[in-house]
Amino acid sequence: MSHNTLLVFEVTILVLAIFLGIEVISKVPTLLHTPLMSGTNAIHGVVIVGAMIVLGQPDKSAFTWIVGFAAVVLAAANVVGGFVVTDRMLEMFKSRERPKKPDET
Amino acid sequence: MSYNLSNLLYLITIVSFVLALRFLSSPAHARRGNQIGAAGMVLAIGVTWVKVGSTSWWAIAIAMLIGGGFGAVAARRVRMTAMPQMVALFNGVGGGAAALIALAELHKVLPPPGAPKVDIALGIVLSGLIGSISFAGSMVAFAKLQELIRGRPITYAGQQFVNGALFIGALGCGIALVAGVQDEWLLWVTIAASLAFGVLFVLPIGGADMPVVISLLNAFTGIAVALGGFELENNVLIVAGMLVGASGTLLTLMMARAMNRSVANVLFGAFGQVTEAAAAVAAGNGGSVRSATAEDVAVMLAYAHKVVFVPGYGLAVAQAQHDVRQLADLLEAKGVEVSYAIHPVAGRMPGHMNVLLAEANVPYPQLKEMDEANPEFSRTDVAVVVGANDVVNPDARSNQGSPIYGMPILNVDDAQTVVVLKRSMNPGFAGIENPLFYNPKTVMLFGDAKESITKLVADVKTL
Repeated sequence: MSHNTLLVFEVTILVLAIFLGIEVISKVPTLLHTPLMSGTNAIHGVVIVGAMIVLGQPDKSAFTWIVGFAAVVLAAANVVGGFVVTDRMLEMFKSRERPKKPDET
Repeated sequence: MSYNLSNLLYLITIVSFVLALRFLSSPAHARRGNQIGAAGMVLAIGVTWVKVGSTSWWAIAIAMLIGGGFGAVAARRVRMTAMPQMVALFNGVGGGAAALIALAELHKVLPPPGAPKVDIALGIVLSGLIGSISFAGSMVAFAKLQELIRGRPITYAGQQFVNGALFIGALGCGIALVAGVQDEWLLWVTIAASLAFGVLFVLPIGGADMPVVISLLNAFTGIAVALGGFELENNVLIVAGMLVGASGTLLTLMMARAMNRSVANVLFGAFGQVTEAAAAVAAGNGGSVRSATAEDVAVMLAYAHKVVFVPGYGLAVAQAQHDVRQLADLLEAKGVEVSYAIHPVAGRMPGHMNVLLAEANVPYPQLKEMDEANPEFSRTDVAVVVGANDVVNPDARSNQGSPIYGMPILNVDDAQTVVVLKRSMNPGFAGIENPLFYNPKTVMLFGDAKESITKLVADVKTL
């Protein structure tokens, strides 16, 4: 595939992704906006794929080594932290059908 | 792994991300969605691992352990109230990673004769620029929310000019790079100027507006990641990054709309400086403040028909959500109708209060959103404002000089009596006077929200 064909293809999916993002988010209730922010935060942790590609290049300079290593560290923190924080938030939204009754006291 | 196979597997990852967001439309499935997203992420990492398959695998593993370990520990340890700054922190490191990738890519393609193609150069420059802004801005947002630096807006003369100059400088160097000037230093300058811009751009924004800023920076990181996908010709980065970029932008607009302000006003308004005019009007209202003891309030609550709790950031700070629920249960046992009125921007993130109250096992049906809650105040005996301030400030309805004029609020002053739990008479986080406190219907119960509620619980029990 020539470079330009690939570029046009990439721009196409970029534009489609914009509409998809808007479409999916408009259905999320206000109640879940904080987990939504945190969840999308975890998703952009996919930058780790790019960081791995950089650090995994053969025959790289010392500069690329250091920068790539740092990028993988940061991206991994983004991925793990993002998903764990979101999970902790959502854990609190467990469905609870228990009837309203005073307990404990 | 072949190019086609890896791209097909990346497609599964993309689908899992879309499902993760889709599942967020209902609290019942949201957690499952997040797990699907995480599984998709693991798949993408696995595919990339096999694809890269180089001699540096151990370096990748060590880096992932360090970063992942930090992320896991930080995310596990943090208290629910500190979630906003955690999101800011993780967002910032993602932006930083995107900027570093740009740096490494430029380093690879730049040494002559390797003139980068225009689109690749554009991707590098923009993801370096946007990623750096996101990194620096998020770190300042983190510091503000963590109260490492002052939450109040920090302003000085010529601020907009300095910011503008930095941004144009960063952009100028970037354009030179794209135009074909082959000097790696240009990207360094671009990144340095963007970092400085990120810091200076967030500094003047008040702490109460941080959620909007974090949401915007979240979108920035997403866009930086998508641009990184152009550099590396990688679909999963493009789609996932742009998904976040688009949704983050929309969320930012929705949050600004909930406060009835434009995004530009949030970003450049240095909102929360105590404006002279507004302060004067508030002072002019004069009037005295009535304060009450916990015993008085306990009697009021126990003999009410309907009590509405209005939680705000003070509830989060004091970690009083469990005590509030305990008080609510006691009142219900006495036959009082209890509900909670949740303003969309109460706390420091939209939905912040829902998360905290859900943690305390408050039943869903008792949580009322603003539109549902407001008509009910007129038949409410006691509205209990727990550490909320701006979201119940009647100035938003009536005082055109107030910085929050026009923001929809919870009309607690429609209730028979308003009890305000507050640490002191200091104005709230946004630094705006609140005439509600001088309303004859209002009584103040001073003290830490948790202590006050605990006292109320004890007193209601003795009744």
